Amino acid sequence: MRPTQSDSPPAAATIAPEALEEIRRHASETYPFECCGALIATAGRIVEAFRLPNTTAAGARRRFRISPSDYRLAEQRAREKPGTLAGFYHSHPDHPARPSPHDLEQAWPNLTYVIIAVDAGAPGDITSWRLREDRSAFDRGEL
Amino acid sequence: MSHQVLIPTPLRPYTDGQDAVEVDAQTVGEALAALTGRYGGLRRHLYSDDGKLRSFVNVYLNDDDIRYLDREATVLKPSDVISIVPSVAGGAPVLTQDTALPELTQDEYERYSRHLILPEVGLDGQRRLKAGRVLCVGAGGLGSPAALYLAAAGVGTIGLIDFDTVEASNLQRQIIHSTADVGRSKLVSAQTRLVALNPGLSVETFDTRLTSANALEIFRGFDVVLDGTDNFATRYLVNDACVLLGIPNAYGSIFRFEGQASVFATTGGPCYRCLYPEPPPPGLVPSCAEGGVLGVLPGVIGTIQATETLKLLLGSDRGLIGRLLLYDAWNMRFRELKLRRDPACPVCGDQPTVRELIDYEQFCGVAPAAAASTVAPEHEVTVEQLKASLDSRRPVYLLDVREPNEFDICRIPGSVLIPLAQLPNRLSELPGPSGEAEFIVHCKMGGRSAKAVKLLHEHGFTRARNLKGGILAWIDRIDPGLPKY
Repeated sequence: MRPTQSDSPPAAATIAPEALEEIRRHASETYPFECCGALIATAGRIVEAFRLPNTTAAGARRRFRISPSDYRLAEQRAREKPGTLAGFYHSHPDHPARPSPHDLEQAWPNLTYVIIAVDAGAPGDITSWRLREDRSAFDRGEL
Repeated sequence: MSHQVLIPTPLRPYTDGQDAVEVDAQTVGEALAALTGRYGGLRRHLYSDDGKLRSFVNVYLNDDDIRYLDREATVLKPSDVISIVPSVAGGAPVLTQDTALPELTQDEYERYSRHLILPEVGLDGQRRLKAGRVLCVGAGGLGSPAALYLAAAGVGTIGLIDFDTVEASNLQRQIIHSTADVGRSKLVSAQTRLVALNPGLSVETFDTRLTSANALEIFRGFDVVLDGTDNFATRYLVNDACVLLGIPNAYGSIFRFEGQASVFATTGGPCYRCLYPEPPPPGLVPSCAEGGVLGVLPGVIGTIQATETLKLLLGSDRGLIGRLLLYDAWNMRFRELKLRRDPACPVCGDQPTVRELIDYEQFCGVAPAAAASTVAPEHEVTVEQLKASLDSRRPVYLLDVREPNEFDICRIPGSVLIPLAQLPNRLSELPGPSGEAEFIVHCKMGGRSAKAVKLLHEHGFTRARNLKGGILAWIDRIDPGLPKY
């Protein structure tokens, strides 16, 4: 299920294998801390996972934060590609690849959120989510 | 006046795909109201149900976050551009979800009734305080009032770290300790007092000196660290450990009549190193033991730290984050300075170079034996040697480099007073290099006189020697009848 709003940008339903591989690499390198980065799409397909620093001050084992300046960097990267900023990815060290209440509380609409589980350092499940228009929940997407 | 508002990618579906929208407004708040008035779909993503901007929505006026300006009341100038910039955040669930907050007992409803009727605290807030864990670094001047008020306010767990015993000279300001506690461990004394105030409180004590080897382990699991340290090395250590662990640091420091307070190491906020990237040269800023401190001063600063700590536990962002509060007790003035996170900060910046705790004694240029070690052993004498010289009636020129008010309290008979700061201009008053007399310099503890000896040697007074341990050692070992301060 996707938000039904017609003017929403197309949800990037597919992701290039190289981008998936980069997310896995980033997640296991960063373990036991959370990694994060931007997802850049061309023609509705995520083609690049762009690493960004986790600037959380609330404990990087259980939190991630992409700073406003890094967000701007991601928009710029998408413009230069040229492509669109499709969303963001982050890891859940030793935790399932499902959005947390905290993810929901902080989510932006019209973006794809990719979550990767990391179990004892090894990359695990990867899932994709989009915020419902009324902010009540995430809907799971396809990868 | 017409102003441009830049719209980020995820919000463009609500602005007909436009990446910039023109609005008429005098303030940032009016501009956002005009924007959400025209494009209603934006509202729920920008504002929470209570009408406040969501915490992950950043509004910039040109290059400045409006949190550091007048927030929504910031007045617009011609050609100002407003940008809405997301912070993207989230993460795995933490263990202390709201549902896990402890319930209040019947007694606690009564005890905290004045909190419970404050909308900003309320039942939920009081339960957060009960679940809260605060570490006070130091049970001294700042830690005393802070820990007392935190215990009274219902913070569930207070950690205390200290390795000192209570001395009579502490009682002028360290109000958690009593006269009967002199000689007892500060931890035991503080714990007894806190539990007497609030029996529901759990006190965790750490009877040790905080070091790079134990700080992370001690800090881990606390929600807020309250910095009540009295030296730069420990202050940098507390700061860096807080940044590395993501624990907010309620900071305070005091000297004579002046104090300062802020909140460091919060998400996106500055840290102590953003304010002071480098420590001052060793010895430039005297400690409270050397320079003195007004007893009530730590009461003011410590309670400000406690206030900020409670607000952090309550989830408020209306505190001293990004501001340094300066207090001058003698002139009774408060001032404040704006602080920002420095993107180039070695600890909390965008590319941190300090990723683990370092040697802070070395960073601050203090060798473990402090300033006394700046004098070579052959240029030192003990109080016993001084006594022997005086008793044998050998000629001794004894120079006291303390301040006149210290000289009034106690002095070694026969000493001559020239305060350290005046010494460079009064060298002509000293006995010449050809004199026969032994030349011994002293102060309270040996720090200032070590500097004086160095200075004297540079000016050719090569016979000058430092009295180890200063007049305090003299009182302890030679003349206990003198008043000690």
